[in-house]
Amino acid sequence: MLEIRNLHVELEEGAKPILKGLDLSVGAGQVHAIMGPNGSGKSTLSYVLSGRDGYVVTEGSAHLGDIDLLALEPEERAAAGLFLAFQYPVEIPGVGNMTFLRTALNAQRKARGEAEVSSGDFLKLVRQKAASLKIDAEMLKRPVNVGFSGGEKKRNEILQMAVLEPRMCILDETDSGLDVDAMRLVADGVNALRDEGRAFLVITHYQRLLDHITPDVVHIMADGRIIKTGGPELALEVEHNGYADILAEAQ
Amino acid sequence: MSRLARPNLRAETTASRLAGLTLPQGGAWLRAARGGALARVEALGLPQRRDEYWRFTDPTTLTAPDPTPAAPMNDDEGPAFAEVGALRLVFVDGRFDPQASDADAVEGLEIERLSDAATRDLHWAQGLYGTLEAEGQKPVARPLAALNTAFAGDGVLIRVTGVVERPVHIVYRHDSTTSDAILHHVVKLEPGARLTLLESGPAAARFNKVTEVEVADGATFHHVRTQGRDRERRAATHIFARLGERSDFRSFTLTFNGVLTRNEVVLNLTGDDAIAHVAGAAVGDGDFHHDDTVFVTHGAESCESRQVFKKVLRNGATGVFQGKILVKPGAQKTDGYQLSQALLLDERSQFLAKPELEIYADDVKCSHGSTAGALDETAMFYLRSRGVPERDAKDLLTLAFLQEALQEIADERLAQDLSRRLEGWLSRRR
Repeated sequence: MLEIRNLHVELEEGAKPILKGLDLSVGAGQVHAIMGPNGSGKSTLSYVLSGRDGYVVTEGSAHLGDIDLLALEPEERAAAGLFLAFQYPVEIPGVGNMTFLRTALNAQRKARGEAEVSSGDFLKLVRQKAASLKIDAEMLKRPVNVGFSGGEKKRNEILQMAVLEPRMCILDETDSGLDVDAMRLVADGVNALRDEGRAFLVITHYQRLLDHITPDVVHIMADGRIIKTGGPELALEVEHNGYADILAEAQ
Repeated sequence: MSRLARPNLRAETTASRLAGLTLPQGGAWLRAARGGALARVEALGLPQRRDEYWRFTDPTTLTAPDPTPAAPMNDDEGPAFAEVGALRLVFVDGRFDPQASDADAVEGLEIERLSDAATRDLHWAQGLYGTLEAEGQKPVARPLAALNTAFAGDGVLIRVTGVVERPVHIVYRHDSTTSDAILHHVVKLEPGARLTLLESGPAAARFNKVTEVEVADGATFHHVRTQGRDRERRAATHIFARLGERSDFRSFTLTFNGVLTRNEVVLNLTGDDAIAHVAGAAVGDGDFHHDDTVFVTHGAESCESRQVFKKVLRNGATGVFQGKILVKPGAQKTDGYQLSQALLLDERSQFLAKPELEIYADDVKCSHGSTAGALDETAMFYLRSRGVPERDAKDLLTLAFLQEALQEIADERLAQDLSRRLEGWLSRRR
């Protein structure tokens, strides 16, 4: 599903290298977790894949299926089925949450040559998805993320994911700032979306989230590369011993 | 040499503009008002670029003897406010069009053309016509408004004696490339009366309009207008309003296009507990120059005034805001608020703002804020990452920026009408 080969990325400003030859392969139906110390390039990876400005790819490739992601605009990547759940969801005053969701869904459908969803069907769809995430109607009426608590913002990200139904979901520290109950809600939301045609890349600092979203593969990232790959037990090892041993071993 | 030449320039500009105009015929009440106004224009002289009040806006084309030609634009959108069932009064290039206008009698409403009323010797508008304008000449001169009072041959005089639910809609059509329209309206709301006045359309190649509004105690005046799309048109408008006790005044203006627009609003809060809200949204590109100049005087206790102006500028457009709140001695418990913001969509566009507070009372709450900025790149990326194409994302954020001003419109239907027009405008102007 997602194939990343020898990816090298620099910050546009100052030409500072962040990713230094990253390889990653996520198969359909799989959940991969990426853990790693601060500054290892985890968030950069998520931004580069989704097409944010400010980064320069100097080498390597990233494909979603047979689509060359790096050649596409952010909206084209989204229409191709890529989704990034933001670490810091953006507040957009003046744009209603429902308008935002509907505009996004219909834009993607249009880009794929599908018919737009009628407002009636859309309302039904959102209400049903929102209910399972315990997002009330009031929250849907408000401007995008404005006045939302940390937990509400993250649940709103998962709601967008549920409505847009991407095939490749990247979750960038979706667990940060969540209490135990909110984390369970978010994890349940993600688990409900797990199926054979969809893959997840879960970026996290903590094992906690992985108790709820069991990964198939865990990667440790450091200094712009994947330095170790293993099963769920690798996350437990990090939780107990930190990164020091793994980093030493890699060197 | 230039030091000596300048006063002559003002006198010359004034003389050559006046030379092309004749005082319209009228009854005694109007003759006096027009004569007084002519004397004011002659004494003040027409505005010059070097005047402090015209620092950001060049008045040359507004004061020239002839208007700069402006082609009418084929209106590719439906008429504004079509769904509210308003009583329509239509002016074409500043001339009243009785065929296109409604003549229904509405309870609580007396409407007369200025040109008809002019023939009488006595009229209720005596004491208002030109009076609020004259009062508004201090502390800052507004000579274009005095010129209007002197030479306006037509306009509407509206007296509201009750609560009128049906809005009055003045439609300004523009057909002639060289039209030079001067219209003067007077609205008088008797105590407890209520009226919504709508205005729409480009009006003329050059348009000079004055509206004087007396809002008596406990009366409510809502005003919503949209200034038409013709790219080359020029307009200088003035609203002078006097607000009585517990009166409620709201005015909102949506402007798109027009090479030059100067909208002045001069409000006098003379009765305790009055409320005055003035707001505007403007969107323009290229040689668009849009100027909001607002002067609010708090002369009574416990009044509230609010100014909210938002402008979206691109491809080198210019936006101007001059807003002043003057709190007179004794106007205690004043609540004054002023916000002016510009969204600059490129580096060639500019926003020039001069917010002012002048306060002579000690128990008041006054604040102002003025900002100019670009589109939020983080928000742009967020929208695009969800599949919204760049152009749609821009429009969405642009509309969102203007929302705060549109929210000032009390009537939801009118707000939605203008919101839809904005959306259509944005999509057509890509």
